[in-house]
Amino acid sequence: MTFAIVVFPGSNCDHDAYHAVKHVLGADAEFVWHKETSLKGADCVVLPGGFAHGDYLRTGALARFSPVMAEVTAFAEAGGPVIGICNGFQVLLESGILPGAMLRNRSLKFQCEHVLVKVERTDTPFTRNCRPGQILRIPIAHGEGNYYAEPETVADLERNHQVVFRYVTEAGDAVAAGNPNGSVANIAGICSAKRNVVGLMPHPERACETALGSADGLVLFESVLGAVKEGTLHAV
Amino acid sequence: MRARVFVTLKPSVFDPQGTTVAEALHTLGYASVSDVRQGKYFELEVAAATAEEARRIASEVSEKVLANPVIESYRVEIADQKA
Repeated sequence: MTFAIVVFPGSNCDHDAYHAVKHVLGADAEFVWHKETSLKGADCVVLPGGFAHGDYLRTGALARFSPVMAEVTAFAEAGGPVIGICNGFQVLLESGILPGAMLRNRSLKFQCEHVLVKVERTDTPFTRNCRPGQILRIPIAHGEGNYYAEPETVADLERNHQVVFRYVTEAGDAVAAGNPNGSVANIAGICSAKRNVVGLMPHPERACETALGSADGLVLFESVLGAVKEGTLHAV
Repeated sequence: MRARVFVTLKPSVFDPQGTTVAEALHTLGYASVSDVRQGKYFELEVAAATAEEARRIASEVSEKVLANPVIESYRVEIADQKA
């Protein structure tokens, strides 16, 4: 099982992701520079957090023109598991691989804190080891994580069960008090219609060891490891 | 030929930066400024034979790159030929 971790100029969570999957999870990991045109036969693609292309124009807007994104798109269309974390989620949105867009946080602040997210769906390769409704304590670190989509798009996401993670209170309620950034419907993460592409603003790779405050994020990587090993994904 | 592109958040999208600027203006005493929408402005130098062609190219890149149609709208102006 090999993870390809895409590195854009300005990515800064690429090493966090590498550490999480290689040293904590025990899988193989390869960095893939954004100019490359091959994913080196990887079984899972990680679009890491950071500030790809300096966040110029809009967050994630220029990364979609990086050569490697054609490969990522083809990999996703073939059913391969792809996870976009924070800036990686923004790249997936700007690429049109996932629907919606990001606005500046309601607070206008760059927010760096642990939040609670509820796992709404366990039928994705990244959440299959979660309990339905499980609440994960994972950090966020973003200035533009205020998820927005047209009301019809949000209705489609809800109808197709594509909302995978929601910000919640300690009681597990997806209400304004548990929403750190103003995201519509408390959406913290969504998946593609085929469910193999997941994007989320919180950083599971930064919450894989109790020494770092929480190990709740590891389950996402354990999930996809299991999915790949069992071959429950489409052949890529 | 110079094309000017103005990109703003759609009216239906909340603009927290514009709202904050408006509040700051109110604090400064400019109660007459009822609303602020913040946006982006681009100047493109386009090698085009006609204003129509320049407009077509500027609109195309606005649609594809400069604006995100999920949240933003854009307006293109073609400047007069340089004197």
